[in-house]
Amino acid sequence: MLNYIVRRLLYAIPILLGVNLLTFALFFMVNTPDDMARIHLGAKHVTEEAIQGWKREHGYDKPLFFNAGVEGAAKVGDTLFVEKSLKLFVLDFGPADDGRDIAREIKTRMWPSLAIALPTFLVGLLAYISFALLLVFFRGTRLDTAGVILCVALMSISGLFYVIAGQYVMGKLWHWFPISGYQPGLDAWKFLLMPVLVSLVAGIGDSARFYRALFIEEIGKDYVRTARAKGLSELRVLFRHVLGNAMIPILTGVVVVIPRLFLGSLIIESFFGIPGLGSYTIDAIQAQDFAIVRSMVFLGSLLYIAGLVLTDISYTLVDPRVRLE
Amino acid sequence: MSFKPVLLWSDALILLLLAVVAAGVWLLRHNETFRAPLRQVLASRMGSATALILAVYVGIGLLDSLHYVERLPDEPGKAAQYSGEVKSALDKLLSPLRENVEKTYSAPFATHLYAKETMTGPDGREVRDYPRLKHGGAHLADPDQEFWPDVLKRGGLGVLGGMVCWTLLILPLWQRGRTHSALAWTLLCILVVTGLLVALAPHYHVLGTDKVGQDVLYLSLKSVRTGLLIGTLTTLVVLPLAIGLGIAAGYFGGRVDDVIQYLYTTLNSIPGVLLIAAAVLVVQVQIEAHPELFDTAAARADMRLLALCGILGLTGWTGLARLLRAETLKLRELEFVQAARAFGVSRMRILARHLLPNVMHLVLITVVIDFSGLVLAEAVLSYVGVGVDPAMISFGNMINGARLELAREPVVWWQLVAAFLFMFVLVLAANLFADQVRDALDPKARGRA
Repeated sequence: MLNYIVRRLLYAIPILLGVNLLTFALFFMVNTPDDMARIHLGAKHVTEEAIQGWKREHGYDKPLFFNAGVEGAAKVGDTLFVEKSLKLFVLDFGPADDGRDIAREIKTRMWPSLAIALPTFLVGLLAYISFALLLVFFRGTRLDTAGVILCVALMSISGLFYVIAGQYVMGKLWHWFPISGYQPGLDAWKFLLMPVLVSLVAGIGDSARFYRALFIEEIGKDYVRTARAKGLSELRVLFRHVLGNAMIPILTGVVVVIPRLFLGSLIIESFFGIPGLGSYTIDAIQAQDFAIVRSMVFLGSLLYIAGLVLTDISYTLVDPRVRLE
Repeated sequence: MSFKPVLLWSDALILLLLAVVAAGVWLLRHNETFRAPLRQVLASRMGSATALILAVYVGIGLLDSLHYVERLPDEPGKAAQYSGEVKSALDKLLSPLRENVEKTYSAPFATHLYAKETMTGPDGREVRDYPRLKHGGAHLADPDQEFWPDVLKRGGLGVLGGMVCWTLLILPLWQRGRTHSALAWTLLCILVVTGLLVALAPHYHVLGTDKVGQDVLYLSLKSVRTGLLIGTLTTLVVLPLAIGLGIAAGYFGGRVDDVIQYLYTTLNSIPGVLLIAAAVLVVQVQIEAHPELFDTAAARADMRLLALCGILGLTGWTGLARLLRAETLKLRELEFVQAARAFGVSRMRILARHLLPNVMHLVLITVVIDFSGLVLAEAVLSYVGVGVDPAMISFGNMINGARLELAREPVVWWQLVAAFLFMFVLVLAANLFADQVRDALDPKARGRA
């Protein structure tokens, strides 16, 4: 198994390199540092000196791949690709275009993100699977039909609606929670409850319908008939047999997102004013701070690959037939 | 000629798409494997009703895709001059709505403006009050007394008109036994709503007005085209990539498979919104750097929309490609493919004649299912700031412009509600239609979800 994990991690290197090259191509070759300088300096009549000055100040004044001006290994080393892109591999994110250190921002901002994403994830998983099992238990009845229609209706509503309506009803009309904002420490729950609730409602349509489909597929199989023939109660069949056997497809969709919980949610965080990584990213996109966008892209891919490896390991835990060789 | 047709790039692509679909339907009109599922979808209650609703949306979108510029009054001795403002057939049709611009917000059916103003009364004194609207209910001499009778009269006439149209349409079908109740009821709803709007919208702002006084109903109808375009044009980019790469990976295996798998794992590993945002930011900079390429604002907004569709397509083909790869892996070992190979049929011919038709159902199902997701994605992307051009009328921009106004007192809710409602009906119809398509094409999945 250790062998397998090491191999998978090695396989991650070309993928991360690909991600790296892709973002580098987008942000340095299609869009040159000159374009970037022009955006940040803002004005229409930017002088050539101002552009050069901005580039020097932010370390963008080097050649892309090959520096002919210096000696030895620095010919390749002292270039934008190495300085700005390859350094991401050792998690050296460098400064943002506004001068602040990206790594420090990430370290402080990941906690509020996690404080929303983790409860949403755990409660959501429990709630969606329970709801789906409920529908499956009553399959073929009116309750099931009504539940499926409700799911389709809920998933047809724009996610923005849940956020805006939630803020308006729970925040402004009923005064249950502050509309937005955040406070570190134990008082944070006041600010976290509404975003978590809203994300839960927003996700239920899609997920419950997906899980229901999984369970319905399992329930048609022979082992379920055998279990029933043994005289087991329907509840026991559902929870022990069907749920257990549906674990592989459930894990496939679920485990891969766990590492990414750190990154938070763009929409939820920026609407509710949570100072997490999601709102950090969205602010960076809106301010066109490409250094932050590049770092977040790289971090996102890294966490995704970690998620893939975790998924494979989790298979061995729920299904003894799976062995990682 | 008092106008000149304008073909924006997106219009051209829509026409192309229409032509391809029409040609496909015409070619396959005797093909039973194609007709049977189609008949099944259209014969089901849900399928026919949602298809009708989608058809109405598509109709609105198509009307809004016939663009033209108006000819300006002739000046002697000069060549004909054309207005810089690109309009569509829908604009022409809705010109009372488009031209009835108020000063700022007004509630649905309001006769007075949302905000108080200082006015000079008839006796010369200054008073602060809600001024009458310039267009909404302007024909009423005394709104307090006449409002309800007028609305009821006009509304009643509209409903009556809708029902008359419905009877005329449905009777011939009924006699031939070619229709069933779900379709008839949906048609009745659509016609009654249309009748109401036709009767009331020219005289009132049925859904209110927005910040700069534009009619919200007009904005909502104009947004339909943007939503549909994003849903369909993205598919145009996705299909060749997903089909080509997915089938190639599955059939050829080996090196080809490795490279294609590497490609989609890499793309997949980047968080979706971030990749789209990164690409859109780049395109935005490029469009700003080359203003000389676009002669009208509409052309620039159009190019940005196309770029967005392209980016969504380039980032969105991985799911379908993976599905097709898995299916091809299974199919290539089956007897009919083996037989074709044994007969010495060329690779390309095997791919085109034996594999492609057998994965087409997956392609169709995915396309229909993804459509609704793309319509919803537009709103979110516009919020993030990487959606369509801010000057373009779209659901996302409508929501974005109005979301802060809920904090006002009294609440400005109508713009949000209108955008969400129009989007909800479209996406719900698309989702339900997708279910029917999946059931018809994939009998195994029936009743599962």
